[in-house]
Amino acid sequence: MREINVEKITDAIENMCIEANLYLPKDIKCALITSQKKETGQIGKEILGDIIENFKIAEKSQIPICQDTGMTCVFFEIGQDVHFVGGDLYQAVNEGVRRGYEKGYLRKSVVGDPVLRGNTGDNTPAVIYTDIVKGDKVKITVAPKGFGSENMSQIKMLKPSDGVKGIKDFVLKVVEEAGPNPCPPMVVGVGIGGTFDKCALLAKKALLRPIDTENPQKYYADLENELLEVINKSGIGPQGFGGKTTALGVNIETMPTHIAGMPCAVNISCHVTRHKTQVI
Amino acid sequence: MKKIMLPLTDETVCSLKTGDRVLLSGYIYTSRDAGHKRMCEALEKGEKLPFEIENSVIYYVGPTPAKDGQIIGSAGPTTSGRMDKYAPVLMQKGLRGMIGKGERSDQVVKAIKEYKCVYFGAIGGAGALLSQCVKSNESVAYEDLGAEALRKLYVEDMPLTVIIDSFGNNIYEIGRENYLKSKT
Ligand code: SF4
Repeated sequence: MREINVEKITDAIENMCIEANLYLPKDIKCALITSQKKETGQIGKEILGDIIENFKIAEKSQIPICQDTGMTCVFFEIGQDVHFVGGDLYQAVNEGVRRGYEKGYLRKSVVGDPVLRGNTGDNTPAVIYTDIVKGDKVKITVAPKGFGSENMSQIKMLKPSDGVKGIKDFVLKVVEEAGPNPCPPMVVGVGIGGTFDKCALLAKKALLRPIDTENPQKYYADLENELLEVINKSGIGPQGFGGKTTALGVNIETMPTHIAGMPCAVNISCHVTRHKTQVI
Repeated sequence: MKKIMLPLTDETVCSLKTGDRVLLSGYIYTSRDAGHKRMCEALEKGEKLPFEIENSVIYYVGPTPAKDGQIIGSAGPTTSGRMDKYAPVLMQKGLRGMIGKGERSDQVVKAIKEYKCVYFGAIGGAGALLSQCVKSNESVAYEDLGAEALRKLYVEDMPLTVIIDSFGNNIYEIGRENYLKSKT
């Protein structure tokens, strides 16, 4: 049994909130740079140039990459031999978010009630997921999620008979309907299988995987590549102004499902796809 | 890229075509959801707006807080569609330009044509880059709305793209068509 004081978690979350909003992950930066070289649309090429300039300025001048510093999603992989001490884990996470968003001059974009609204003033509560895994380590990933792209996400309970074609059509429909709203180039997270709720979580988790990696199963790796190619033939382009670079990457995550179903969720993200991971 | 000095004149507005890349300089106002709601409520009651709307430009933005010594925090555009309900009446009152991102409703496009206005796109997600164009920032009204308060900014060479021009042409349709045509 390894004891971890939750204060450590608070500190880690605080730092990750700030860093995730200042430094774009390397895979996204590389994809933007490569896409700009390959872009043939004139406006699209210029826009990508500005987007590259933007993440450089963010790093250099320590200004958030995007003003929508997101709702904070926190993913835990907790080793089953870990024992948290010194307080409540979820409270510790929210304290980290509170401090990170204050000290990092990040925008507080969370309302306390979905209908009655009212800004909570400190970006809490975070959306927290915990997975229990082997070992005595804790892996934390902080992913601030902007809502320009979150609002463009969809889920569909496809029928088994819809097959892979049903999945392709649905993903393309979601991208098409998203159009210019999620600040393209986008990153597309696809979840297939599980239940209604689990499928949406798979799609969200797909966005955490670097876009220069592939699904370990060849069938899905091929599907990722195929979908990316088709999406980038749509012509939507950077910011929706026309061009090749509509998406930077498509990631698919799957899991077993029921004999009667084939749930499919598409979580849309933008060129400011942020995540930061730390192992304690 | 064309340089444009504010305030907008009839001549400038009519010369702008969808897809034009411009560098905008001059005074603009910031407002988003809650601010728009308040402005329209004021107009309904027959009250005056807290700024001179004639020939003005509104930027749909809710920036991150500025650090000490900074003029403004990260300041990219928010999705314009949420202001569609309020935009036509503001154009009727004299608003000439809007800066945001994303599609507009048919009513907004109609008003853009009728009142000879222009809808500019700032790059969504380029808040750090856009913040560098802001040279001054003062509060005008609705302070209690925090990031949504009505502010007056002086911007210099703000990089924008004309999304919908005063004739109603839309880059989201035309840009895509042109790109796809160039591929065949
Ligand atoms: S969709 Fe992404 S890039 Fe666009 S405003 Fe939201 S967080 Fe920023």
